[in-house]
Amino acid sequence: MSARDTYVRPMRGWWRRNPFFVRYMAREATAIFVYLYALLLIAGLVALRNGPAAFDAWLAMLRNPAVMSFLFASLGVFAYHTLSWFRIMPKTMPPLRFAGRRVAAGAITAAGLAAAAIASGALVALALA
Amino acid sequence: MKKRSNAPVYWSLFGAGGMLAALVGPGLLFVTLAAPPGYADALRFAQGFAGKAFLFACASLFLWHAAHRLFHMLKDLGVRVGPGSWMLCYGVALAGTVAAASALLAIGF
Repeated sequence: MSARDTYVRPMRGWWRRNPFFVRYMAREATAIFVYLYALLLIAGLVALRNGPAAFDAWLAMLRNPAVMSFLFASLGVFAYHTLSWFRIMPKTMPPLRFAGRRVAAGAITAAGLAAAAIASGALVALALA
Repeated sequence: MKKRSNAPVYWSLFGAGGMLAALVGPGLLFVTLAAPPGYADALRFAQGFAGKAFLFACASLFLWHAAHRLFHMLKDLGVRVGPGSWMLCYGVALAGTVAAASALLAIGF
């Protein structure tokens, strides 16, 4: 087969051309923070197993300015994850029916956000108690 | 017989982790940032059955969720995914799950 100069549509930056895909990529990019936070949490569990000195070192690491700014940014990113997760939930779950009618997307999103507020609030209350 | 796809497994882990992160993620981040427990409190929490299950679920499922999303994001960005990127995503998730489980079991009940 001879090589031909066929036009290949460039795909670089495809997601930047459409606000819908920008939102899609923002949603996907939250995973970077979730990934790093999970690793930090696992490091904490390993430190907890290794005893008080190791755990104190892990706590001191949380106070490192770079780690603190990461955690601060992650707080916002996790909140965005919560918001976007329940916004797309009406599309990712099977249609929900109540009294013969399809439950509105907004109602599913609102219920999810309420559940998240209760669960996260309970966790904070438990930690502060 | 046709080989069954393993996609549903990854997808379920992704979904479970995403749901858990959506529900407790903001609270967990707030606690980590503003009020991380000291050694004694953390140990007591991790030794209880509910606390242990919660910590394991967060550590492991967050990682599986993120691994799945990152793996597909690499494809979206035009990266040709191979064994290296697979290991960086799902391999790390598997290793993290094992590390979390072994640490939590060693902590005892």
